[in-house]
Amino acid sequence: MEDNVVLTARGISMTFPGVKALENVDFTLRKGEIHALMGENGAGKSTLIKCLTGINDFEAGEIHIEGVDEPVKNHSTRDAQNVGISTVYQEVNLCPNLSVAENLFIGREPLTKLKTVDRKSYNVKSQKIMDDLGISVDVTQNLENYSLAIQQMVAIARAVDMECKVLILDEPTSSLDDEEVEKLFKLMRMLKEKGVGIIFVTHFLEQVYAVCDRITVLRNGALVGEYPIADLPRVKLVAAMMGKDLDDLAAIKGETKDLSHEPLEISAKGLAHIGTVKPFDLEIHKGEVIGIGGLLGSGRSELARSIYGADRANTGSLKVKDKDVQIHQPIDAMNLGMGMLPDDRKAEGIIEDLTVRENIILALQAKTGMFKKLSRQKQNEIADRYIDLLSIKTPSPDTLVKQLSGGNQQKVILARWLATSPDFLILDEPTRGIDIGTKTEIQKLIVELAGQGKSIMFISSEIMEMVRTCNRMVIMRDREKVGEIGGDITEQKIMHAIAGGEGE
Amino acid sequence: MKKAKNINSNTLLLLITVVLFIALYAGGCIVYSAKGFTHLQTFLNILITNSGLICVACGLTVVMLTAGIDISVGSLVAMDCMMLAVGMRNGIGAIPMCLLVLITGVVFGLVQGSLIGYLNIQPFIVTMAGMFFGRGMTAVICTEQVSITQEINATFYKWANAKITLPFGGYTNNKGKYMAPFVRVEVLIALLVLIIIFLMLRYTRFGRALYAIGGSEQSAAMMGLNVKATKMKAYMLSSVLTSIGGICYCLNTMAGSVQQATGLEMDAISSAVIGGTLLTGGVGNVLGSFIGVLINGTISSIVKTNGKLASSWPNILTAALLFVFIVIQSLFAAMRARKNR
Repeated sequence: MEDNVVLTARGISMTFPGVKALENVDFTLRKGEIHALMGENGAGKSTLIKCLTGINDFEAGEIHIEGVDEPVKNHSTRDAQNVGISTVYQEVNLCPNLSVAENLFIGREPLTKLKTVDRKSYNVKSQKIMDDLGISVDVTQNLENYSLAIQQMVAIARAVDMECKVLILDEPTSSLDDEEVEKLFKLMRMLKEKGVGIIFVTHFLEQVYAVCDRITVLRNGALVGEYPIADLPRVKLVAAMMGKDLDDLAAIKGETKDLSHEPLEISAKGLAHIGTVKPFDLEIHKGEVIGIGGLLGSGRSELARSIYGADRANTGSLKVKDKDVQIHQPIDAMNLGMGMLPDDRKAEGIIEDLTVRENIILALQAKTGMFKKLSRQKQNEIADRYIDLLSIKTPSPDTLVKQLSGGNQQKVILARWLATSPDFLILDEPTRGIDIGTKTEIQKLIVELAGQGKSIMFISSEIMEMVRTCNRMVIMRDREKVGEIGGDITEQKIMHAIAGGEGE
Repeated sequence: MKKAKNINSNTLLLLITVVLFIALYAGGCIVYSAKGFTHLQTFLNILITNSGLICVACGLTVVMLTAGIDISVGSLVAMDCMMLAVGMRNGIGAIPMCLLVLITGVVFGLVQGSLIGYLNIQPFIVTMAGMFFGRGMTAVICTEQVSITQEINATFYKWANAKITLPFGGYTNNKGKYMAPFVRVEVLIALLVLIIIFLMLRYTRFGRALYAIGGSEQSAAMMGLNVKATKMKAYMLSSVLTSIGGICYCLNTMAGSVQQATGLEMDAISSAVIGGTLLTGGVGNVLGSFIGVLINGTISSIVKTNGKLASSWPNILTAALLFVFIVIQSLFAAMRARKNR
């Protein structure tokens, strides 16, 4: 092994039933470096990490650790800890009901002569550890009394104190705010000085550039390359992750067309749901993509829910294709040719234990009625069509949805609604939590669908995404529709509208 | 600015229980002082009657700390009593019989604990099976009530009737005779159990591991604790303590019968909950459970002293108390959730 290398993985391969998760992947970690492991959802980051920590049994390849002569093969997280690999996950794996000190020492407490745990001694030791790391806590307090960021750091402190040579941080910043992230980075830099090799997995590109020395990129279970941070500017990193050029990202939508002469698809007058959204008027034309902008909690989803009947509107009237309609519940809306992709997909959308095919035909089956079962042939036809259309990466239509990556699960739900061939489709945060590549594909798809004459309501927290895809924007503030932006939509215009005239 | 030191949830719940017990007992003293409620012996009698329950509650606290439950304890106590009574009637000595009861506890706990720890079966289901088994075995051993008299076993009889008098706190009764306060052997056993389990929970790796598992089983496993073995040991300990409790119970009742100790598991669970042990695990203390037992005992004692109240009143009061405690605990949980947001 070359000098100052703490961990090398060579030719790691691993397959899950029907999916090649890792193929011949190399990875090298040096002493005192922060090494980002990047890739889209399903690229194999988690799998590689699980191979290192003993959760997955890899099939081929070797892992070497500094100071261990034999190739290392871990069978449990405990094995991994014994050879000096510790992992800190997004969810803090500590016990909130124990003191900070106990969390640092549980299972390896110093003992007194009577073989009882030496509380005094580990309290003193813990306080010293935390002070050394510059984390100001009272170690005798219960862990639950501290913020998530501190808990995260306690988890890191535990890992470090167990004399780890390799520290794996798997999405540690997802639930932290900026200030907390900065604290975490400080700690990471300090550990780096001490010679710990850190593997940092994150979705946030800017964090990679803020703290990392080196980047390894994976794509589709294969190694793309290892780069010093200076050699891989952001644009190139994204391109490496996605395996395509970024130009795709910029121009999804052609010129903004004026669609106001098209027939009306939806027309709401004074529609409101008491307590969630104030009365609003809204017209949506055929083939239009309408974006709903606003801060989180401004009534974006609620506006959509009141149209779709998920929250039954208290006042106002609604016309679909110029006919007055009454929508009491979502099935009414479905029968009128609407579809809605809810934002809380874990709770309201995906059914993990059903197959891809079953998930796709679910809404269509509900619409046709439960006594008119779609024939198997028809089901397969529909599933195949959408798997192909949305390029859902699945070994077969009969794979369980939970075996797919997050982005592909997302596409499955989208397919479910497309299968009902709606004329009006509401997409609430369809791109949240998925990687850039899939995001772009979904945005493209939205524009395509609109081109086929479907009307789409697109709700997103990412303004740029809507700028790229929408013909018109509705702005929400404090549960009220406060404006519309048509024609030339820009980020500035939207920001100003959301901020409400206080911008300039 | 210096932050006020947070009282952790363990301590606060215990504190509430203690205050409640003192208030309840003081109330009893004020209302029924004429009927002798203020005498130290009243308190000692509560200890004597509930010595078995104290041991059982300690065992239950141990499994509840791991977020588990053991509802087999009542039946096991009945089985223990029946074994003691019938065994001694057939001429087996008191000491061998007590050992046999303890060994039964170990085996009983080993089976339940292995199923729960290693096969990951729900504790409720496993111990429910244990509950039916224990009650059934009691009837298999003997269907009628068997009393332990002096003729059957003199040693056991001597243990049961030994008075350990205290040098203080006596009173002179209306015939002018000095009544020295006393406890019985089973009280000493129960208090010893209490102290040992208290120290074990606080100062041994096993004890701390129980708390860790209750806090988060997944985290405990991730931190390298042997969750399966620890859970198995917890259920073994519960059954052994229950067997000790069974001996105490038998010393108190001097009989074995199929219907004995029915619902004892519920008394033990309610004592633990009133004592601040969370059913969700990770929070609790045997001292709390001890005071929980005392609170239940005090309620019964008050109702008995009153003499006019129906015997169902202790149940209703216990229900009210449990209700109050559950509300306090859920408020606690809500507060914690808000703080963490």
